Amino acid sequence: MISKDLVIIGGGPAGLCAARMAAEAGQSAILIDRNAKLGGQLIKQTHMFFGSEKQYAKTRGIDIAKKLLDDVGSYPELIEVWEDATVVGLYPDKVITVLKQEKYLKIQAKAIIVATGASEKVLAFENNDLPGIYGAGAVQTLMNVYGVKPGNKIIMVGSGNIGLIVSYQLMQAGVEVVSLVEASPNIGGYKVHAAKLRRYGVEINTSCTIKKAIGKEAVEKVVTIKLDENWNEIPGTEKTYEVDAICIAVGLTPLTSLLSMIGCEMKYISELGGLVPVTNKYHETSIDNIYVCGDSSGIEEASSAIVEGYLTGLIASSKLGKKHPKFAELVDDFQSQLENLRNGPFGAKIRQGLKKLGGSVDA
Amino acid sequence: MLERDGYATHEQISSRFPKVELLVKPKAVIECYENIPCNPCSTSCPFNAITIGKDINNIPQVDYDKCTGCGICVHSCPGLAIMVCEVLADKVRFKIPYEFLPRPIENEVWQAVNRKGDVIGEALIEKVSLNNRQDRTALVQVLVNKEFIYEFVTIRRES
Ligand SMILES: Cc1cc2nc3c(=O)[nH]c(=O)nc-3n(C[C@H](O)[C@H](O)[C@H](O)COP(=O)(O)OP(=O)(O)OC[C@H]3O[C@@H](n4cnc5c(N)ncnc54)[C@H](O)[C@@H]3O)c2cc1C
Ligand code: SF4
Ligand code: SF4
Repeated sequence: MISKDLVIIGGGPAGLCAARMAAEAGQSAILIDRNAKLGGQLIKQTHMFFGSEKQYAKTRGIDIAKKLLDDVGSYPELIEVWEDATVVGLYPDKVITVLKQEKYLKIQAKAIIVATGASEKVLAFENNDLPGIYGAGAVQTLMNVYGVKPGNKIIMVGSGNIGLIVSYQLMQAGVEVVSLVEASPNIGGYKVHAAKLRRYGVEINTSCTIKKAIGKEAVEKVVTIKLDENWNEIPGTEKTYEVDAICIAVGLTPLTSLLSMIGCEMKYISELGGLVPVTNKYHETSIDNIYVCGDSSGIEEASSAIVEGYLTGLIASSKLGKKHPKFAELVDDFQSQLENLRNGPFGAKIRQGLKKLGGSVDA
Repeated sequence: MLERDGYATHEQISSRFPKVELLVKPKAVIECYENIPCNPCSTSCPFNAITIGKDINNIPQVDYDKCTGCGICVHSCPGLAIMVCEVLADKVRFKIPYEFLPRPIENEVWQAVNRKGDVIGEALIEKVSLNNRQDRTALVQVLVNKEFIYEFVTIRRES
């Protein structure tokens, strides 16, 4: 059994930033990610990020990942990185089981930061198991990591920022986006992203959903249908499109199975994307020295995942006895950055969700 | 409608333009209508002409006395919501962001497109610039007929 004071699970922006702050405070850690490359969602993002320039807005996601990796890479004596390693078990005595190169390894930790991100929600419709139907994450991996087009004519389901941004990336790759459908009456994501699609000719259909996919071996056609104000299908409004791919982007849900396994108190909060751990204002769960940050504590943005990661790294190290020389100043700064990011109308959902979670505004 | 279809109304568009008299010199026009947590436009402007203020969710405001029309904010905005506009005798000159391939080439004539994605006329490509600082977003300078001042938003290659 390996012994390590601090173990960080998940090497997306939240985990990377937690590792960096721990190292700055002089705390060593193991950072574990199941992918061959660290960076989480960021390595699939070819678009310029919105957000504050403090959290690298205007930089493309993939380049933000490089920056965060370089930050962590400058502490090789403190941060040990395990790639291609999946955490499969977490036990109340803080023992972690990791599957790495077909071997099971055990780590005894004193503190654990869970930064496992999110998984995609699925959508039920007739024939939704036909080949050619992808989640947005899979489409991005195909296109932006492997350089493969998922199809030539695609329909996008979901108008949140992910649906809007992935549609644009598909068009950049030369894929025709025949329509973007959204069940609610209004576009969910930022209108600047929607306007980009519209000006290049993509029709955006709100109050509309997918009825069924048609095809023998793979998707050949898709049928959409309009919805009334009570989200009931309006007969006679079906429309058929010829497509060879369907992309589903109907939201994310926090990946928290490890936290449930260890017995953390969990709550279902729809504003945060589903089942999330209850935390105090230091990002600590109901179990002492088990922390959570980033999308796994509630679906937000990379900008907030970065700041939450910094904050959690600082706090976890401090509790282990390694207090950052600028601890108080940094905690204040990170908390006000989070507050600022969540201030506007798009942050209202997050604010409400956090309130339901237990009143800690910076969870 | 912006909320349902993704394109701004005429009122929204004209509210974002300065008076035509001011446009004898190139000025930034920012079509960012929503309170979103975003600010690269303001932090990128070398002349401090764009203000968002303390709350990052505020809508950006342009100070036309300070704006030189340089176009740096145009390729810094992740929402591609900014263009530079300059009114000439019978034409309007725009600087727009462009992120598709192939890129236009100087002196080519492309289609002029409105916010709904409809072709409204022709756009003469005057200049295409792309340097490292622009990070893969090209800045394209085009001339279109003056009547399209509030309609033109982007270009499309004849298919
Ligand atoms: C299309 C798209 C566009 C986006 N655009 C923007 C934007 O413009 N601006 C913005 O601020 N945000 C944007 N985001 C959101 C942003 O990418 C996420 O909020 C952010 O990546 C969350 O960071 P995270 O570290 O919490 O999780 P992730 O980035 O998801 O990282 C989690 C990591 O944990 C690893 N992991 C999970 N489980 C295990 C396990 N059991 N063992 C080991 N490792 C594990 C995963 O492999 C992954 O690397 C976008 C997201 C998408 C999908
Ligand atoms: S065009 Fe140049 S000067 Fe004008 S607002 Fe944009 S960056 Fe500033
Ligand atoms: S950078 Fe673009 S999207 Fe962001 S606030 Fe400025 S104008 Fe709006």
